[in-house]
Amino acid sequence: MKKFKYLLLRRATQLLLLVLYFGANAYGWHILEGTFGSSVLFGVIPLADPYTTLQVLATGFVLGTDVLLGAAIITLFYFVVGGRAFCSWVCPINMVTDLANWLRRRLKLDKEEVNYRFLKRSARYWIMVLGLIVSAVVGVAAFEVLSPITIMQRGIIFGFGAGIAVVVAIFLFDLFGVKNGWCGHLCPLGATYSLIGQKSLIRVKHDHEACTNCMECKIVCPENQVLWMVNKESVSVTDGECTNCGRCIDVCGDNALEFSIRSFATRKQSKGVKNETNG
Amino acid sequence: MAKNSDNNRRKFMATTLQSVGLTALGGLLWSGYSDEAKASPLVLRPPAALPEDDFLKACIKCGLCAEACRNRDSNKDRDGNPRPSTLQMAKGGEHKLIGTPFFVPTDVPCYMCDDIPCVPVCPSGALDEASVTNEKGELDINMARMGLAVVHKESCVAFWGLQCDACYRACPLLDEAITLEYHKNERTGKHAFLLPVVHSDVCTGCGLCEKACVTEEPAIFVLPVEYATGKAGTHYVKGWDTQDQNRLKDAKEIHTVTERSEKEAADYLNMEVEY
Repeated sequence: MKKFKYLLLRRATQLLLLVLYFGANAYGWHILEGTFGSSVLFGVIPLADPYTTLQVLATGFVLGTDVLLGAAIITLFYFVVGGRAFCSWVCPINMVTDLANWLRRRLKLDKEEVNYRFLKRSARYWIMVLGLIVSAVVGVAAFEVLSPITIMQRGIIFGFGAGIAVVVAIFLFDLFGVKNGWCGHLCPLGATYSLIGQKSLIRVKHDHEACTNCMECKIVCPENQVLWMVNKESVSVTDGECTNCGRCIDVCGDNALEFSIRSFATRKQSKGVKNETNG
Repeated sequence: MAKNSDNNRRKFMATTLQSVGLTALGGLLWSGYSDEAKASPLVLRPPAALPEDDFLKACIKCGLCAEACRNRDSNKDRDGNPRPSTLQMAKGGEHKLIGTPFFVPTDVPCYMCDDIPCVPVCPSGALDEASVTNEKGELDINMARMGLAVVHKESCVAFWGLQCDACYRACPLLDEAITLEYHKNERTGKHAFLLPVVHSDVCTGCGLCEKACVTEEPAIFVLPVEYATGKAGTHYVKGWDTQDQNRLKDAKEIHTVTERSEKEAADYLNMEVEY
């Protein structure tokens, strides 16, 4: 069971949130209403997605204070717990891409992985900026027009319609196209949360002494560039692209990885080493 | 060494150029798709919605309005379960901007709740509470302008001389938004036409008339206000209306010169129509 601790916790969180959102519409619950774009917690506390908020602001519309306050609350929350915790603990698309990734490993499709020249992991940051520009030019929140995240969430709450096609497309893209293609390369929401979580407190910490270099963590990690320290030294994962999913902790048979509170004392040192190893 | 760094620089420049170029390509495709995706003019929005262009900018697609509509107390069936709501959230394939709220009167019209539950919950301001708040500071659904009902007189059986006042009776603003005009039926010589006439200064566009209409396809239907109205232009001043006359008080003199036509009056009468 230990091997699936965080995986099960994440699925439980994701499903619980979807049930709460679904119930808000279907049964009139006042626990968590709305969608990820903008929600209301307990009928009082506003929540809003930072990137969605930025898109609406980019169109030139002066947003209501509820959304601005909500975006501030969410930004602060993920600033503390790790920005991309949204991706692995909340986002419903994560279940789709995780399934695609699992199938990929099962079908052994990874052996044919290609180094895509035009699809680097940095593409998402370009897309993030581009989304704001397009929002400003067209006068509509541009990513929301095609975001599989809210399309899937609204699909679950209000019914899918043909919107299910977007979710299937993401699944096929991640399974047969690019490994970690959507979440790891394209998603501008994930990119935004990566930036928000740069300095987050909760971090995975690697214990070099305990590690036996089995590399299971790197196989299972959806952003394995953040695990550069495995087999090298005992430091925390400080990269904002880490989703704090805890899969590496689950699969580690040596207890060499564990969540911890970020240690700011070792940060500067580890950054220096990171640059060296990259260079 | 120098050559190596030169190569590196060239490679860096090429990669940067590629990234910028691909981003521009993506931007064009994305803009084109988004622009088409939001082009769905004949959509009826919730009460107090901003004009469509602003609404599409502002709506954050959270669905709080639709949830409030569905779960309002007045929307319970006999067992206390919510009925289908007026407001729906646009899904893929419905050819409306995905995730935005709308309603279709022939499915479920707007029942014009006194407390307008859908509007105050809007967090973004896409539904503008001020536009349905009267001078006393109370919510007033009669101020909503979701659309405007239009009568197609050729398919409206009342215009055939049949007695039908389904829309007139369904209207929540009975005898205000729709009135019946009486005309003599010259065909029979002894009956009356009872013709529905919509008054745009009162009609909220709730769609109850469209839902109630008895014809196969509704002969009275709600269109977005901007598609159901014309505009005379400010240069028309009603000489019989002192209010309208006041507009002339601050008017500045404008000199326009129209060149004198070279043609004779006879030429003008005989010439073809110019488009």
